Amino acid sequence: MNHLLILPILLPAVIAPLLAMAVRNDIVLARVFSSAATFGLVIIGCMMVWTASDGQIRIYELGAWKAPYGIVLVLDRLSAIMVLLTACLATVVQLYSMAGWDTRGNHFYSLFHVLLMGVNGAFLTGDLFNLFVFFELLLIASYGLMVHGGGPTRFKAGLQYISINLVGSVIFLMGLGTIYSVTGTLNMAHFAERISQVPESDQALMAVGASLLLVVFSLKAALVPLHFWMPATYSNAPPPVAALFSIMSKVGVYAMIRFSDLSLLQQGGPFSALGTQLLVPCAVLTLIIGSIGVLAARSLSQQASFVGLASIGTILISFGMFTPESQAAGLYYMLHSTLAVATLFLLIDLVIVRRPGAGDGFDPQPFPQQGYLSALFFVGALFVIGLPPSSGFLGKLQILHSLRSTSEWPMLWGTILVASFVTLLGFAQTGSLVFWKSSAASKTDPHSPGENPHNELPVPDSSAKALPLAMPSVAIGVAWSLLILLMVFPGPVMSYLEATTEQLFDPQRYISAVLKPAGASEL
Amino acid sequence: MELLLASAIGVFTAAGVYLVLRPRTFSVVMGLSFLTYAINFFLVSAGRLAVNMPDILAKGKELGDYADPVPPALVLTSIVISFGMTAIMVVMGVRGYFENDSDHVNITATEEMIARSRE
Repeated sequence: MNHLLILPILLPAVIAPLLAMAVRNDIVLARVFSSAATFGLVIIGCMMVWTASDGQIRIYELGAWKAPYGIVLVLDRLSAIMVLLTACLATVVQLYSMAGWDTRGNHFYSLFHVLLMGVNGAFLTGDLFNLFVFFELLLIASYGLMVHGGGPTRFKAGLQYISINLVGSVIFLMGLGTIYSVTGTLNMAHFAERISQVPESDQALMAVGASLLLVVFSLKAALVPLHFWMPATYSNAPPPVAALFSIMSKVGVYAMIRFSDLSLLQQGGPFSALGTQLLVPCAVLTLIIGSIGVLAARSLSQQASFVGLASIGTILISFGMFTPESQAAGLYYMLHSTLAVATLFLLIDLVIVRRPGAGDGFDPQPFPQQGYLSALFFVGALFVIGLPPSSGFLGKLQILHSLRSTSEWPMLWGTILVASFVTLLGFAQTGSLVFWKSSAASKTDPHSPGENPHNELPVPDSSAKALPLAMPSVAIGVAWSLLILLMVFPGPVMSYLEATTEQLFDPQRYISAVLKPAGASEL
Repeated sequence: MELLLASAIGVFTAAGVYLVLRPRTFSVVMGLSFLTYAINFFLVSAGRLAVNMPDILAKGKELGDYADPVPPALVLTSIVISFGMTAIMVVMGVRGYFENDSDHVNITATEEMIARSRE
């Protein structure tokens, strides 16, 4: 057994209580430990991708119980790349939080690592019920992070977020119960093996269970019509937390891919129609609503939430087509959009704290360090919209290319291109209102900055409000250098991702790796 | 037995759904508790109903003569998780009530505006 497989779960599990108990009164120590652990996760993620890139599927039997009786962790290419993505995003958020967000409430880093443990666990587990447990784990941590810093609307939005997720958990358990009653197993590989043997009389029950699971995953991924919680949650969460949440919606997407390819919706399987007839139309609607939302948003953070929604739509369109090419392109776009959307939330936070009067809204108000932040926002928007030469452009291009073989391509091309254009319009509007117009206002009226009745501290001039930018710049720089790596080296990344989808489209390999591990005959 | 369990699940679910859709925090918390009760019963039934059967294989019994041990384990996990979740929900509800002076679940437009001006 390769103990590397459990490290991404074990490391946060050890560090989280340490941070909560041992170093809770010393923010410097907490930052040091948390950064070290996050950096350790990046190294583990790289090692996992390296290990998985030989194409072998590795399993880790917890307590040495054989699958399907015990719980197994499974490392294949998809899990490895998702763990690495989580670690990279965590690094960005970690660096950014050190600029000050971590001191606005208690136990920020502790919850942060519990969340990472849940996300990594969900990516690695090979057991359905264990997936539920890791989902709950990451949700519990996210409830705490969601209200980090406090505030009335944050608590209300948090309450709504908890309620919707608890209902989601109930539906998840209903799906699990139904599936268990039909197949008699909760191990994913065992389940995939048995799904083709479900008797005719139980097919309807199986379809109900499968649909319930898909509903839950859609809820986590914020697929229309289950997306209503997402803009309210993301725009009310503290911005670094919202950035971290952008991996959480990807957990839903991951679970959907894993299930679809492994068992539920596989080509020619009994339930393949569920995916193509439902998933793609919903994804198209998600993209449309997301891009209209970008245009209609009334605040910067709402706009960022809706652009996140639109990116989920794009990803799921490419997954819903169920060809290896389109899924590889979708994975590439997912890597890009997770980092790009997260960075956008961080950029918006930098702008909001410098505009005490206008805050999150679009009212033109001059603010300090405007030139630098405008440039950052411009580049960030470029990445998020997917304009050339950014990695988003490459991702969308690949998605469009892979869709050409399908019969619906004119409609899908039209939707993706028009949605990109509408997103561009929305960000152009933001740019002109928040950055351009406000700089014009500062020229005509030099005394307007700093006039703020709500602020207790009297601010004499704009330079006094200038806040340190070094740490946030480093965080955003890390995210962008990762995006630029994606942009400069699409070849190696795509060849890895193509091998990933090849692995995903051969569920038999997954099943035999889990149920008949090498050397099992000797035992 | 089947009728009893099925109607219990149905009644709990109906009550839960109704209460979750109410506008106040307290009813929502109650509704979620009802839903988790319903789901616990449902999970029990997922292993098929069996009366007076041993939970594990015993000597002298046919292989078919035992109750499925997995669903009780699932129910136990789900009880623990839902208990924790309810506690968190109550804490958040109370805190939200003190912060907002109202226990309504909706965020009104005025509240949103106030929050934005405070940022």
